[in-house]
Amino acid sequence: MSKHFVIVGAGEAGARAAMALREQGFDGDVTLVGGETHLPYERPPLSKDGMVAEVFAAKTIATAERLVDAGVAFRGGVTVAGIDRAGKRLEMKGGSTLPYDKLLLATGASPRRLAGVEGERIVYLRTIEDAQRLRGALGPGRHIAIIGGGFIGLELAASARARGAEVTLIEALPRLLSRGVPAGIAARIQARHLAGGVRLVFGDPIAAIESAAVSARVTLESGMCIEADMVLIGIGAAPNVALAEAAGLTVVNGIAVDERLQTTDADIFAAGDCCSFPLAIYGGRRVRLESWRNAQDQGNLAARNMLSAGEVGASVPWFWSDQYELTLQIAGLADEGALTVERELAEGSILFHLSADGRLVAASGIGVGNAVAKDIRLAEMLIGRRARPDMAALGDPGVRLKVLLSQGELA
Amino acid sequence: MGEWIEACGSDDVEEEDVIRFDHAGRVFAIYRSPDDEYFATDGLCTHEHVSLADGLVMDEIIECPKHNGRFNYKTGEAKGAPVCVNLRTYRVKVEGGAVFVEV
Ligand SMILES: Cc1cc2nc3c(=O)[nH]c(=O)nc-3n(C[C@H](O)[C@H](O)[C@H](O)COP(=O)(O)OP(=O)(O)OC[C@H]3O[C@@H](n4cnc5c(N)ncnc54)[C@H](O)[C@@H]3O)c2cc1C
Ligand code: FES
Repeated sequence: MSKHFVIVGAGEAGARAAMALREQGFDGDVTLVGGETHLPYERPPLSKDGMVAEVFAAKTIATAERLVDAGVAFRGGVTVAGIDRAGKRLEMKGGSTLPYDKLLLATGASPRRLAGVEGERIVYLRTIEDAQRLRGALGPGRHIAIIGGGFIGLELAASARARGAEVTLIEALPRLLSRGVPAGIAARIQARHLAGGVRLVFGDPIAAIESAAVSARVTLESGMCIEADMVLIGIGAAPNVALAEAAGLTVVNGIAVDERLQTTDADIFAAGDCCSFPLAIYGGRRVRLESWRNAQDQGNLAARNMLSAGEVGASVPWFWSDQYELTLQIAGLADEGALTVERELAEGSILFHLSADGRLVAASGIGVGNAVAKDIRLAEMLIGRRARPDMAALGDPGVRLKVLLSQGELA
Repeated sequence: MGEWIEACGSDDVEEEDVIRFDHAGRVFAIYRSPDDEYFATDGLCTHEHVSLADGLVMDEIIECPKHNGRFNYKTGEAKGAPVCVNLRTYRVKVEGGAVFVEV
């Protein structure tokens, strides 16, 4: 009898895994179950071009036609309510069941909620529907308040300014992007937002947020009041682990998987924003990433390992963000570094992070357009090889990083 | 048959690298391979129309600077997600120290 592989969650990781199963030659049945009614779509544009464009168009990852051609049974608008591990079948909301031989959980993450803050004027940003609600509130003469100076809040601030709206961004800590982004780069981003006309408020905790029919009010502990047409809350995301937890799988800041993306049940894998995994390049440190490329890489890896490849993940974390004309790219995790070296480029700069013993562990770059892209990509390869590049060479823009890469091969 | 247009000097592109060439409102990418051959493709990525000339060339692959979509620049073939549409390629010749593209 032909095998049935089921994927729960039709986002970046789930959709990629479904296609990858076919690319790897799997000839059994593949079902991709997605809680959202849409075809799988990309989330990054929701806060960027998708927010600014005259007309909103979702960017699909796989069209209906491609899914059909690949022989992937896509079931959109269907929520999985439970996993019967002993009977190897899924229980759907609504009562039906679906048997599986192997299962991939790619359930993603959901925005962290501010307890007790509800209402028509409050919005989070994760889905097409969220983006459309926000779009409706942007434009000249409108005012949006953003809670949280992380990536979602900052990208939305830039997009809202591009649409002519007034923006007040409230960050509880003393600076922007305090998680994972070096202070110097965060300062550059802050300066750009100030120049762009965003009002920034730091270190003044929120006392209350009230949402009425036509507007909302944010009150801070200092007594400051911000009236806004809409309040975006961007205070991070939490992994969707309820299904896994109820099924008795181990959860550690996400569905816990090993370096092969296998959960504590050998027939169940997890990938993307929902899982935590050991990162080989950092001695097995367990991390959970919320990054588009990680979702793709893990979707691919999970597919191969569902087919018993037994392959260990070896990717270096990589993330980007677009704000105004600037693009930030980070390879590796900057907090692994003990020393830094800076490289100044014509239209950007890169901070290399090295461990105490001289290994390159991360690189954070910011620049106009794709000014830092090539060097960040090369740095990523050096990080993956655990290279110990010469610090003076890293700091010298005259030295091509490609040269360091070939030296690494000789060493 | 297209028209041969001078795109750049043969020394303007380093080995295993790429530069951008704009002509008549179109963007091209001109490559020099590690074994010193020249190639040309459309200059914008088929994912989000970013200039490929800011990307990294490795062997016969050009990697998009924006989300690392990969193409074989000799054939134009898209090598997998997020890019699924191939790049158009163009014939190239080198004459008198200049690179010509047939547009
Ligand atoms: C606005 C925004 C901008 C972003 N920008 C960037 C960026 O610039 N760079 C970057 O690297 N990353 C960015 N990201 C992060 C990136 O989009 C995510 O890392 C990626 O989408 C994760 O993919 P995933 O498949 O793990 O999860 P998701 O894309 O969240 O997909 C999970 C899917 O599973 C479904 N699901 C959950 N539970 C169930 C269930 N029980 N039954 C059925 N279906 C279920 C959900 O409805 C969802 O559709 C951004 C994210 C957002 C929201
Ligand atoms: S723009 Fe080239 S991969 Fe996205």
